[in-house]
Amino acid sequence: MLSRLASAIGRNWGFTGALLLFAALFIGYHMLHPRGFSTAVFIQNANESVVIGFLAMAQTVPVLMRGLDLSVGAVMTLTNTIASHVVTGTPVQMIGGMVLTLVAGTGFGLMNGLIVVYGRIQPIIATLATGAVASGMALLIRPSPGGDISSDLNWALTNAIFDFAETLGFAEGGNAAWLQPIANIPVPLVIMFVFGICVWVPFKRTVTGRTVYAVGSAEGAAYMSGLPVSRAKIAAFTLAGYFAGCAGLYLAIQTSSGNADINQAGAYTLNSIAAVVLGGTSLLGGVGGAIGSLIGAGILRTISFYFRILSIDPLMQSLIEGLVLLAAVSIGALRTFRVKNTLELFR
Amino acid sequence: MSRLFSLSPENRPIAIASAFTVVIILIGTGYTLATQGTVPMLTPSYLLQQLQIGSFLGLCAAGMMMVILLGHIDLSLPWTLTAAAMMATTVGGAWAIPAGLGVGLAVGVVNGLGVSYLRIPSMIFTLGVDSVLRGLMIAHTGGFAPQTEASPLMRYLAADRVLGLPVAVFVWAAVSVAISIILTRTGFGKSIYATGAKESAAYLSGIRTRRVIIGAFVASSLCAASAGILLAGYSAKAYQGMGAPFLLPAIAAVVLGGTHILGGRGRYLGTLVGVVLIVFLNSVLSIMQMPEALRQIVYGVVIVGMLLVYGREGRTRL
Repeated sequence: MLSRLASAIGRNWGFTGALLLFAALFIGYHMLHPRGFSTAVFIQNANESVVIGFLAMAQTVPVLMRGLDLSVGAVMTLTNTIASHVVTGTPVQMIGGMVLTLVAGTGFGLMNGLIVVYGRIQPIIATLATGAVASGMALLIRPSPGGDISSDLNWALTNAIFDFAETLGFAEGGNAAWLQPIANIPVPLVIMFVFGICVWVPFKRTVTGRTVYAVGSAEGAAYMSGLPVSRAKIAAFTLAGYFAGCAGLYLAIQTSSGNADINQAGAYTLNSIAAVVLGGTSLLGGVGGAIGSLIGAGILRTISFYFRILSIDPLMQSLIEGLVLLAAVSIGALRTFRVKNTLELFR
Repeated sequence: MSRLFSLSPENRPIAIASAFTVVIILIGTGYTLATQGTVPMLTPSYLLQQLQIGSFLGLCAAGMMMVILLGHIDLSLPWTLTAAAMMATTVGGAWAIPAGLGVGLAVGVVNGLGVSYLRIPSMIFTLGVDSVLRGLMIAHTGGFAPQTEASPLMRYLAADRVLGLPVAVFVWAAVSVAISIILTRTGFGKSIYATGAKESAAYLSGIRTRRVIIGAFVASSLCAASAGILLAGYSAKAYQGMGAPFLLPAIAAVVLGGTHILGGRGRYLGTLVGVVLIVFLNSVLSIMQMPEALRQIVYGVVIVGMLLVYGREGRTRL
């Protein structure tokens, strides 16, 4: 049993390292926090991690097949502006609007996939261009920030399960006995689990999902083994669009509005790459997973939490984030000095 | 048409991109003829002004091409450019330009060491360096717009004219000549192509690929730094966010010019054409007073469209 655990850690040292770093940072944060661990702070942390978490998952899938999706931030912005228009009205209309938002994100991802596969353009440059298109569409849809998403919806989805039940009026307004064991779990974490992990894990186990990994390891070998390479590539970008859509939808609900902020889109795209790498996924493809990227996103967010409780000048945030990123990838890179045959370095 | 296809694969993108640039200028001219009855786009002063604006992007793209030829990328361009400009204006006087170029040299060496010796993917290493540089510069200025001004020499290089031509264009031309000589006539240039095509093969044939990588990143950062120095001279001061608008156009210019994003293939002439294409595309869109939203969409569609015409990968996978 222990040896199996040890070998699992040995195979996933990137993921294990990320998990340990995240645990250390997160526990340290709550120990340093003046009020200690509290549900309120935990809910706040969870809320602020959802968007970058979804984007990190979005970025993971193309990276696993040795591509890169530079449009995830822009697709998030696009779906954010769409959601700010359609997620209104009666509860049924709101749910319809959410579905429409997710369909828009997924559709944009599908378009990326089709351009990459049938246009035969390198993913990095194709998504750079489609990202510009998505930003432009977002600006058309919402030239200035605004939108009125119901504050009830905002309250229900950005707090604990208790508040969710109270707002929606089920389980005796949140006081039912059976709800108590889970009443304090933040809804954002549930959303991440249902819309993120419950989509990713089944996908990973399908033939298409395994093919994504195979393409990342060796595309030629995957093709010669008869794996559905084109389908996997299209699916990878489509899934990225779906996750980016989830991020945009949550951002709209969280802020109760839509904002076509192009600079923010670029920053989120770059942060998603950083989260993927911190989470132990190789940019060379074939190794890693979306759950690691969630941890990576958690690391990035937790670092920024420290600025609030320690009186560090917020101006230093970018510097420290950059140094942590460089340090983390450099530690991961130390293996290159143990490689005996230099040729193994060139992959 | 048959002549088009008889062009070598290296030159086809250049020919098509040049033709497309002419089409853009014709569209812009037709638009102004129809709306105002004048042809401002064809006047020499307008073309020279576009070249002057294009020189900043041209310098960025020239450097970016060196690393893209290796199959790497330099995402630290925005803050390398800004940091060089800020350091140049802070130091001021005769040492302004050496200080700015020194920033570029240092950043290039760090990037090169990280990519070549630590073997960290350039995409993520340069991203981290960019973040660190931004942090350092924000700490340096305290988050406010810097109050320092560009030195007279910087302003001369960026904004003055010699023989009716902007001096900045001469700087761009000099860098262009230097880079095309490096790429086509020197061992370093050949090593860049070889390393970009297949690093293991280049290593086995005796090329010191690590030094080649460091050299290319230094060239890229030096180009970004000179663009920053010129831009600070042009606007008389350095400001935050001056580098951000150059990253994606620089990459786009290199790729539209036919350089392969995975390295090993591409001519410098193509990058020049790519820069001119993007500069004129931007200027026609602003003459048409196209709103920002539509400009972004046109921009994206043009890149995808051009690559669909000539940037497609081969169908074989092995």
